[in-house]
Amino acid sequence: MKYCLTTLQALSLATITLLPLCAHSELLGYIGLQGRTYPMSAAESAQGSETLSVVIAPEWFSQWNDGDDSFNIKAFYRYDSLDEERSHGDLREFYWQHVGADWELSVGINTVFWGVTESQHLVDIINQTDFVESADGEDKLGQPMIHFASIKDWGVIDVFILPQFRPRQFAGEAGRLRSTPLTINNQEVYQSSKEESHIDYALRWSHYLGDWNLGLSWFQGTSREPLYQAISYKDGIALAAYYPLIEQSGIDAQYISGDWLWKLEAIHRRGIGHSPTEDLSASTAGFEYTFTGINSRFWDLGLLLEYSWDSRGTAQAGIFQNDLFTGGRLSLNDIASSEVLFGLSQDLDDAQSRSAVIEASTRIGDTMRLVGELYHFHSTRSDDPLYIIRRDSYLELGLEFYF
Amino acid sequence: MTITKPLALSISLAFSLLLALPSTAQESLSADTQQLSPQAKGLTIAKEMKARDRGWQDSSADMEMVLHIGKRESRREMRILALEVADDGDKSMTIFDSPNDVKGTAFLSFTHTNAMDDQWLYLPALKRVKRISSKNKSGPFMGSEFAYEDLNSFEVEQYDYRWLRDETVDGQDCFVIESTPRDQYSGYSKQVAWVDKTHYRVLKIDFYDRKDTLLKTLTLSDYKLHLNKFWRPTTQSMVNHKNQRRTEVFLRNYQFGTGLDESDFTENSLKRAR
Repeated sequence: MKYCLTTLQALSLATITLLPLCAHSELLGYIGLQGRTYPMSAAESAQGSETLSVVIAPEWFSQWNDGDDSFNIKAFYRYDSLDEERSHGDLREFYWQHVGADWELSVGINTVFWGVTESQHLVDIINQTDFVESADGEDKLGQPMIHFASIKDWGVIDVFILPQFRPRQFAGEAGRLRSTPLTINNQEVYQSSKEESHIDYALRWSHYLGDWNLGLSWFQGTSREPLYQAISYKDGIALAAYYPLIEQSGIDAQYISGDWLWKLEAIHRRGIGHSPTEDLSASTAGFEYTFTGINSRFWDLGLLLEYSWDSRGTAQAGIFQNDLFTGGRLSLNDIASSEVLFGLSQDLDDAQSRSAVIEASTRIGDTMRLVGELYHFHSTRSDDPLYIIRRDSYLELGLEFYF
Repeated sequence: MTITKPLALSISLAFSLLLALPSTAQESLSADTQQLSPQAKGLTIAKEMKARDRGWQDSSADMEMVLHIGKRESRREMRILALEVADDGDKSMTIFDSPNDVKGTAFLSFTHTNAMDDQWLYLPALKRVKRISSKNKSGPFMGSEFAYEDLNSFEVEQYDYRWLRDETVDGQDCFVIESTPRDQYSGYSKQVAWVDKTHYRVLKIDFYDRKDTLLKTLTLSDYKLHLNKFWRPTTQSMVNHKNQRRTEVFLRNYQFGTGLDESDFTENSLKRAR
């Protein structure tokens, strides 16, 4: 009896053999509670005006081989009281990584960020945006990938093979920050006959030389940004996402000079095959300047100015087709690491098209953060991309518990 | 839009003058430097301090910071990795373990003797590495009484020196030297340090603000000898005379020669620092 192993024991023994003896593992993450209110009446009567949400975002990793091998998991789940489409879960990360002397290999689901600017992220293309998460588009869905990085004196070369496409998820009928008519999930249409199984590829070279940071990138595959087509839905019409095949080249650069940070991102995108996508060029350029110790309490104030340009007209897509973003970051440098971020995006072609944001956060005790967020959208022209969310300005208050 | 604040923590190899002062017990310099001007004598002492700190190659340590504000206490924990660089300033990486909301945040710094430092910050929530300006020297580090510049590695070229007098601190014979920062962005007009004559360990520093009034006093204690050569203080206590607040720093679990090299101090290694 003594030598008999149950299946469970055998499995755990196998796991122990695979994850060698000196593995170091940790669990961390946060749980958040958020309340959001939309003060203006919605564009459609089905849409609600208040929502309460719970977020659970645990993270676990294990390292072995002196840290050269690791397994990383980052999960995310949100329950939203208003919108069933916003109640969603995602595996942000689920990958194994091996680090060699001057190379890294990661296999699994991961999130990768490219770029330098703040008001929008043009070159960042590996991951799909988690569109129902927040208005800033900075939350991303986990992307399955094989990622090889070679780290040399002359820069870092990243090679990505992206075998599975993640379609964007849109807010449901009761939700806000959505199109009218509604964009329906799970009705995606792809240019590629392989649909979401089309294999995408990406390459990037990036380097740091003194005060310069430079990146060149190339992507070929299914566009992360969809086009929309009308479909019939419940005796009416709705929209469905259409994902064309594209090739996108990008450059990002940053120059640092004292308190000045100069930033540039630019892309060129073209359709592949019978893609309905028009060629597109877009760029964002600007600076960040920091005033340090502006008062006796040593507050810092960083100012941002970024100009965005896009070769498309307003009607098609570009919220940033000819726009100026001005903003700032106030850091109180206090024990609670309090900070306030604010910004205004103004369309230079249309005085009535703008969006504004204020985000503030402070630590409570050692493990909690109180977060406030205010988004304001204003638009009067129906062909302006901001127009569909013109009534969706909101105020959100949240409490996050970190473990 | 998330524009996360550069938590610019220049904890370079840390604790400036404070760290590594070897034990090779030499004759006190005072005998051979009697003829020197106070400036030359100050510089000689500073050079000797740095010289005795050569050869540690790489090191790591756990750091705990305790902020005392009235009766309240707040803790920050981090790990510091450092690499000695020949002919330039040191490289260092700081990985934050607490408070929990900054866990996983990591900071990379290349100190330069004759140029602005290069600094990067890794923000785990966005998986983004940000290059940050290294000019913000005088601001408080993580809400503590330490300024970023108090945490930089000590480089002789960054100050002008003047020997003031000899004095005894806790029964130890000390040089008292004044250092005037050459960097116009420093928050100090000068620092006055008490350096023990036997081991060249800094025991105390007075920091004077730009108006030349005494702002803070740092006391370093519980020195321990590592590799039979390098002295490191276990406890450092910074008292701010203006607001009466106090921050204590404990450095524990010092390791030397752990095999760190250049490849452990890159943007890629910053991203995977845990």
